[in-house]
Amino acid sequence: MNYRGPQRVRVSQKPMPEIKHPEDAIVRVTRSCICGSDLHLYNGNVPDTRVGTTFGHEFIGIVEEIGPEVHKLKVGDHVIVPFNISCGKCHFCRQGLYGNCHESNPQATAVGGIFGYSHTAGGFDGGQAEFVRVPYANVGPTVIPPGMDPDDAVLLTDVVPTGYQAAEMGGIQPGDTVVVFGAGPVGIMAARCSWLFGAGRVIVIDQYEYRLEFVRNYAPCEAYNFREMDDPVVFIKKATDWMGADVVIDAVGAEAAGSPLQTITGRKTLIQAGSATALHWAINSVKKGGIVSIVGVYGPTDNLVPIGNVVNKGLTLRANQASVKRLLPRLIEHVQNGVLNPKAMITHRVPLEDAADAYRIFSDKLDNCIKPVLIPPSARI
Amino acid sequence: MENPVKDPTADLAQKTDLAQKYAHIKGWGIDADPKNDPTYPIKHRTDAEQTGYSWERPTQQPVDTEILRSIERPNISAVFGTSSPPSGLSGAIRRYAFKYSESEYGHWLPLILADRVNAVEGIIDDIKQGHIPNIFAERGWKAQWQHNPKGLARKVLIGAAAALTVYMLVTRNDNDDDD
Repeated sequence: MNYRGPQRVRVSQKPMPEIKHPEDAIVRVTRSCICGSDLHLYNGNVPDTRVGTTFGHEFIGIVEEIGPEVHKLKVGDHVIVPFNISCGKCHFCRQGLYGNCHESNPQATAVGGIFGYSHTAGGFDGGQAEFVRVPYANVGPTVIPPGMDPDDAVLLTDVVPTGYQAAEMGGIQPGDTVVVFGAGPVGIMAARCSWLFGAGRVIVIDQYEYRLEFVRNYAPCEAYNFREMDDPVVFIKKATDWMGADVVIDAVGAEAAGSPLQTITGRKTLIQAGSATALHWAINSVKKGGIVSIVGVYGPTDNLVPIGNVVNKGLTLRANQASVKRLLPRLIEHVQNGVLNPKAMITHRVPLEDAADAYRIFSDKLDNCIKPVLIPPSARI
Repeated sequence: MENPVKDPTADLAQKTDLAQKYAHIKGWGIDADPKNDPTYPIKHRTDAEQTGYSWERPTQQPVDTEILRSIERPNISAVFGTSSPPSGLSGAIRRYAFKYSESEYGHWLPLILADRVNAVEGIIDDIKQGHIPNIFAERGWKAQWQHNPKGLARKVLIGAAAALTVYMLVTRNDNDDDD
């Protein structure tokens, strides 16, 4: 997959990736997803997204080659590759902040290295390809347990940990009411995982009926369409005895709809770093003293949010890229025990060669798409 | 899950050291509550908060391509991506942007400009290499035709109307010049 400019991608031959560092591995990709956050790149909203880059931070694959200092993997291992690139040694990795590694991105200090996510996230080619270079192969990649479906495994690279951490950061206490903005894959998983932390009520807000229908059955939870409301914040206040939710999760990020002002300034003209509609609603619909958990992705400049209300309501904001490595052992258990069923979210399995069509389908929410997976030719044999 | 429990001996030693260090401040630390840590379990404190840039760094990846470095860090990270090094006009704009910190619009806005310039450079490079880019295929219009033909038709009509408007404005100016 080869990015050519806003809303233009194609599949073309690129040089075979090489071992560049003693802890590198080369992985032959067997599954690669398109993530909602890839759409920020696809739409040209992430600064320093260079033509010729390959996207893709959600992938699994088979180890083809290892560098001389790789000792935790061997050629032939089928591995889950976390989307964040983590050294395991720096101050932040040692604290479990594997999404904030300080040794994987020279271009920016505010974000660690991420596969296929612009030069702002390190300039690494991603996994929407047949082969990919995987740095720090002793740290992130995890061998897929025997018997695990590859479609479940590929969603453990990002969607499941991000949804789980969204709920975890919410500090959900037994009986809490949790509102999730966004019924994309991460929002769906955040709603599902909120129950694991003891939520008493889970409400999801989105604009696409087919996604609301899915999450209503999958999580299971209440699900409502903000297009049918006069004001989503008032709706949530009414639904919570006029108090607001205990915890609100922003699982939308920069592509949010619902406010013309935010859309024009955040998505059309890039005056702000994405449309902050969901975050705005989250701050205003959470209870005083409540917690807002942010996993929606925004750009690196500024956003219009009611920060005064955060102060006056005494809110706690918690946010981060998911620390996939930290969470994987627990989440693998949940998948193996049938607590979580990630692959049910996959609606489209598309040949890698048709990546441009897959991006269009996912971007425009065509054909009731929830999660598309790209499958390279060698994995279809 | 990783075990978040720290070595209690190390904790005690550090507390004793700190208590001695701040003994001149009356009441120092008397209400400290280590359990009141809203970052847990997202972050496991390691009591290494004040040690700075002191970890044993991984082996440095050889810097054999141009890497633009944030001025908010003293070095190039031990690993980095080598995709699409800066080149051409967009590369020059990117180099300019990296004179500013991540806190400055002078950093991010030029990068967005460089991305747009880079898209045009990509088309020029394609043509130079004898490849005419199939913009329709790259934009996934086949899928849109299959799943949303009305939306595609609307998009084409709007595009055509915009192009016609521009054409009429340009030709009108030409006619005005003739007069």
